[in-house]
Amino acid sequence: MMETARQVFEGIKVAEFAAVAAGPAIGKHMADHGACVVHVESHERPDGFRLNYPPYKDNKYGLNRAGSFAICNNNKYDVTIDLKAKEGVDRALELIEWADVVIENFTPGTIKKLGIGYEEMKRVNPRIILFSTCNQGQTGPHANHPGFGSHLSSLCGFTYVTGYPDRLPCILGPYVDFIAVGYGVIAVTAALEHRRRTGEGQWIDLAQYETGVQFMIPALLEYGTNHRVVEREGNRHPFAVPHNTYRCKGDDRWCAISVFNDEEWKALCECMGREELISDPRFKTIPARKKHEDDVDREVGNWTAQLTAEEVFKKLQENGVKAGIVQTLADLFADPQLKHRGFWTPLDHPEIGRCHAEGPPFALSKTPFKIDRPAPMIGEHNELVFKTFLTAGKKEKD
Amino acid sequence: MEEKVKLLKDCRVLDFTNETAFLCGKILGDLGADVVKVEKPGGDESRNLGSFFQDIPHPEKNLYWFSYNHNKRGITLNIETETGREILRKLVENTDIVLETFAPGYLEKSGLGYAALSEINPKLVMTSVTPFGQSGPYKDYKGSDLVLTAMSGLMSSLGDRDKPPIRTTLPQSYMWIGMHAAMGTLMAYYHRGRTGEGQHVDVSGQAGVIWALNHSPSFYDLNKEVPRREGSYITGRSITGAIFRAVYPCQDGYVTFVIYGGPAGKRTNRRLVEWMDSKGMAPDDLKNKDWDKFDIAAVAQEEVDRIEDACMKFFTTVTKKEFFEHVLENDMLGYPVATAKEILEDEQLKARGLWREVEHEGLGTKITYPAFSTVFSSIACDFWRRAPLIGEHNREVYGEIGLNDSDILRLKRANVI
Repeated sequence: MMETARQVFEGIKVAEFAAVAAGPAIGKHMADHGACVVHVESHERPDGFRLNYPPYKDNKYGLNRAGSFAICNNNKYDVTIDLKAKEGVDRALELIEWADVVIENFTPGTIKKLGIGYEEMKRVNPRIILFSTCNQGQTGPHANHPGFGSHLSSLCGFTYVTGYPDRLPCILGPYVDFIAVGYGVIAVTAALEHRRRTGEGQWIDLAQYETGVQFMIPALLEYGTNHRVVEREGNRHPFAVPHNTYRCKGDDRWCAISVFNDEEWKALCECMGREELISDPRFKTIPARKKHEDDVDREVGNWTAQLTAEEVFKKLQENGVKAGIVQTLADLFADPQLKHRGFWTPLDHPEIGRCHAEGPPFALSKTPFKIDRPAPMIGEHNELVFKTFLTAGKKEKD
Repeated sequence: MEEKVKLLKDCRVLDFTNETAFLCGKILGDLGADVVKVEKPGGDESRNLGSFFQDIPHPEKNLYWFSYNHNKRGITLNIETETGREILRKLVENTDIVLETFAPGYLEKSGLGYAALSEINPKLVMTSVTPFGQSGPYKDYKGSDLVLTAMSGLMSSLGDRDKPPIRTTLPQSYMWIGMHAAMGTLMAYYHRGRTGEGQHVDVSGQAGVIWALNHSPSFYDLNKEVPRREGSYITGRSITGAIFRAVYPCQDGYVTFVIYGGPAGKRTNRRLVEWMDSKGMAPDDLKNKDWDKFDIAAVAQEEVDRIEDACMKFFTTVTKKEFFEHVLENDMLGYPVATAKEILEDEQLKARGLWREVEHEGLGTKITYPAFSTVFSSIACDFWRRAPLIGEHNREVYGEIGLNDSDILRLKRANVI
């Protein structure tokens, strides 16, 4: 019999024994698409994003004032369980029995030590899907090594290829975390599809490191076949010229311009009112422009400096040149295209006040996402989850 | 142990993407889908992008093509011709998922948009990937890796303060876009399994890359703070506005070490001082520091600078390898700034069986690829086949819709395939 779900994960129950970003953001995507997601933490050990990770609303510290927690946990329910206590473990197992999916991002081996390992989970819920995400994977010599996204982004090779050749590499922040989040949603969805087909649950072992490696494959092949390490080169591109960011009018305002062929170069020169550059022998072909790249950058920069980044962006895009604004966070919240897509959903949080949740990067035509509740306060739904959800779940099974 | 299953083995995907979304079909292929990459007769233009095997510019030697089109079969088809469009419609009858990156409106004009194709196959999932999405004020604007890195906000935090903002040299936005396209596609496919309903997935490249900003939008959202590019420093870890060095030069390259709080950070800081001390390089104020009282979220820049000065001196005395071994043995946070070479040599990845040597018979060599993104207990996620040559599976795929060798020859001569 066919179901009639109006959202992709309608009816799917998720218990999240996870903190900070790499686990909870997976649950957030699922909650945005209809899953019932319970985020588990404890007063003894609140989510690290609540505890010691700015921003806090108005820079005033508080467990329910953390923006990083808010952005990863909208539309979820929050319960507190002390996993160090026997009653806590029993309660956790009740929640696992209720759930379809468990998401956890402890150091490998921890859930087993706590008494809620995969075997215990299967005992109370044979169809459970356990999704484990960690730094290095559940197996292997470095399995137990802890780490945050910012460190792992360096191990994955991203740091080395970001920056200028004559300067220290630049850090991308916890970049890998959200690569692992994307692959995490894919993995959980695959496991749900497998369960839909076969009735069988499973254990997923996602190493954030390995998902990061997927974004590095061309560099691995370059080294593997040509024995060449990809170096950081600022904004330079092997054959696109100009290919850079240029200063515009205003305080630290920049635009990005990338020109891949003669047609685009011609359009750019026309937009700049500099038709004479089209036939200038220094700029006539791709190799010529590449050879005189500093001159190209100077000419383009002289033009952009007289305009706002928005003016450059509009003018060039209307004429077929690939250009953009180096948007700041402030720009993103005012971006008309993102507004059109409903990317930022306004929410009212009891302590933070008006804030916004981030929508998915895709729109599903028949099962749209729905964001209608702010991130929960710590332990906000203890009664609802333990009394109502679990009781209803038991009745369903009987 | 039971054998793992190819989850999507009965799922047929037609992949009309360009370089901006190759990864989408690859991810479905990793999970066992029968992904058929469709190129123009003569091959995709994207085969000319990026670098080449042994630096020989040739469409069959393109490393970017190899990187993200494996686990796909390959056919050629010219949908600019009416016969080509008829063939596409025929293929769609037995297709579960169509992936495409044409400019918004292009397929509709050719009578091949979602509305038309879903009439042929009502259960079809169709995923359209464009720089800004199918509708809205920027829908017709063009993208590139540089432009999308800029428009997503990622670039505003990358680069040195005294220099222009930068992108990552190895293009990253197309990975974010392809991954998120796969996520939306698989979700729609799962929904179809539950309900029988197909749908259209509209992926915005810009929005796809915004997810690379992790939690940082909340800085503006809550406090109207606009983080700026700070080079090798991490921002936003302290409410005092202090920034933290995350890249240090070492003897043979760079290491990433960051002063952190929390249990792991405090342990790391303490053990670093012990390590410094063992070499007589720990300043007294660090030796006497009570790390339990150290509050990362409230620490001032002055104190951070003092600690980092000592770290700076110390790390120049160690190699990447020594650093890596030490953090592993002592359960400290930190990693070397690795290059492709070190990733390929990494003990953990080797032990996990990540690497697969794949025969490229046309090149007379084997190339090493990562075999999987995720380890499942019941689903096989693997490297199944190298990227296709131009039109390599024309006979196979067109044979499946009843075209014989002479049909294929005729279509080839007519520039349809």
